[in-house]
Amino acid sequence: MDLIWDGIREAFRILGTGDYSLWQITLRSLFISGSAVAISLVIGIAVGSLLAFNEFPGRNLAFTLVNTGMGLPPVVVGLMVAIFLWRSGPLGQLNLIYTPAAMIIAQTIIAAPIVTGFTAAALRSLSPRLRSQLYALGASRLQMLWLVLWEAKLPLLAAVMAGFGGAVSEIGASIMVGGNLAGETRVLTTAVVLEVSRGEFAPAIALSMVLLALIFAVNLILTTVQQQEQRS
Amino acid sequence: MTWRRIAIVVALAGLLALATAACGGGKEIILATTTSTQDTGLLDVLVPKFKEESGYKVKVIAVGSGEALSMADRGDADAVLAHAPSSEQELVDKGTVVNRQLVMHNDFVIVGPANDPAGIKGMTSATEALTTIADQKVPFISRGDDSGTDKLEKSLWKKAGLDPQGQGWYEESGQGMGATLQITSQRGAYTISDRGTYLSQSSNLDLEVLVEGDPALLNIYHVMQVNPEQFSRVNGKAGQAFVEFMVSKETQDIISNFGVDKYGRPLFIADAGKSESELGLQ
Repeated sequence: MDLIWDGIREAFRILGTGDYSLWQITLRSLFISGSAVAISLVIGIAVGSLLAFNEFPGRNLAFTLVNTGMGLPPVVVGLMVAIFLWRSGPLGQLNLIYTPAAMIIAQTIIAAPIVTGFTAAALRSLSPRLRSQLYALGASRLQMLWLVLWEAKLPLLAAVMAGFGGAVSEIGASIMVGGNLAGETRVLTTAVVLEVSRGEFAPAIALSMVLLALIFAVNLILTTVQQQEQRS
Repeated sequence: MTWRRIAIVVALAGLLALATAACGGGKEIILATTTSTQDTGLLDVLVPKFKEESGYKVKVIAVGSGEALSMADRGDADAVLAHAPSSEQELVDKGTVVNRQLVMHNDFVIVGPANDPAGIKGMTSATEALTTIADQKVPFISRGDDSGTDKLEKSLWKKAGLDPQGQGWYEESGQGMGATLQITSQRGAYTISDRGTYLSQSSNLDLEVLVEGDPALLNIYHVMQVNPEQFSRVNGKAGQAFVEFMVSKETQDIISNFGVDKYGRPLFIADAGKSESELGLQ
């Protein structure tokens, strides 16, 4: 019990003082996972609308692939990205291994299928009459996509939430392609692992609390926006 | 259409972030090393100093010595700090690493619960202690990760003429030394640890040093650079600079004093310039 209480007390002290580069690590987590989700959103909307609005052979297979991608084990993604980015790998000359960019790539691969899956499902659930109406009103393809996305903005918010949650709490890929470098690629999850392996439980608890608070805050903001939208 | 603008801004920001993050190259060195140098905090002291002196930014990849050496073997690192002498020698013979130099040593210790159910406390032979553990079938946690510590442990079992693989009392954690010590402590089991990691974590562990002092338990660290003639992307200059830094007098002094303030004794003994046979005699 002592370990728990001392850990929590010390964790609050760290939260107060920002020791262990706590806030830099938090900002880095936000930046890397936020970037990954932003890119995923672009991919998700492009692929998701393609899947939802077009009939083509292999469409069911494509949906299955996206759904499989939603459950991609991060550690497998990490290994694949690492193999490509290692100096000895096919993309070695880019010098991306052990950089935040490598982590953004890996987290994008993890988050993009989640965002795509949610987007496709959301767009599919819209009434098909909406599109024919818009078409009848003479909307261009791009205008139509925009209006349809506008209609589906609430489920799209859910897609962002799910994608961010997946990216920010992921660890296997981040540690493999990022290397957990202090001041560069150390994010909340990888820092927790390091502190635990060093037997430093207090910073591990502090970092975990920040991670939880971060996920809570992001979801709170998105949920609030959703509810305001629903009311209006 | 503010949403449209927001979406475009977010997407552009994401791509920009990726681009700026990608342009971080420049004067960098990848150091593949064992977990013990990171878990003890030694590299937290040495790495900033190296950066200050040489201008190289060090990317420390702390993995087991086995993985660190295989990174070197693929040309995925510029320098290696490891403690698996015989595996290191293989790479030297192959020519994938060069300029291998003795840096420091400490020793391995066999740790276990204070009440010592196997009764190995005070034994001076590591193989005798392991034989007793095997006879008594008391739980033993192995790293099982092909690290330097793991290689040493396996060689000791072999020396004792035993094969613990697959026995009910013998388990592999597959993790670094810090995590393995935690598991050992929680399970009331035995394990072999480098003294540095054990000392740096002992306040969180219900484990005591039971066997020490056997010359077979010597833990020797070497630094080496990856051969730039074999891999076009290896930074030979940086690797050489790091090797020179590790064996320089100033660094060796830091190593000699590292941990004294906290544990009353140094975690490592600086050895640059000594020969390996000198160490074996200590």
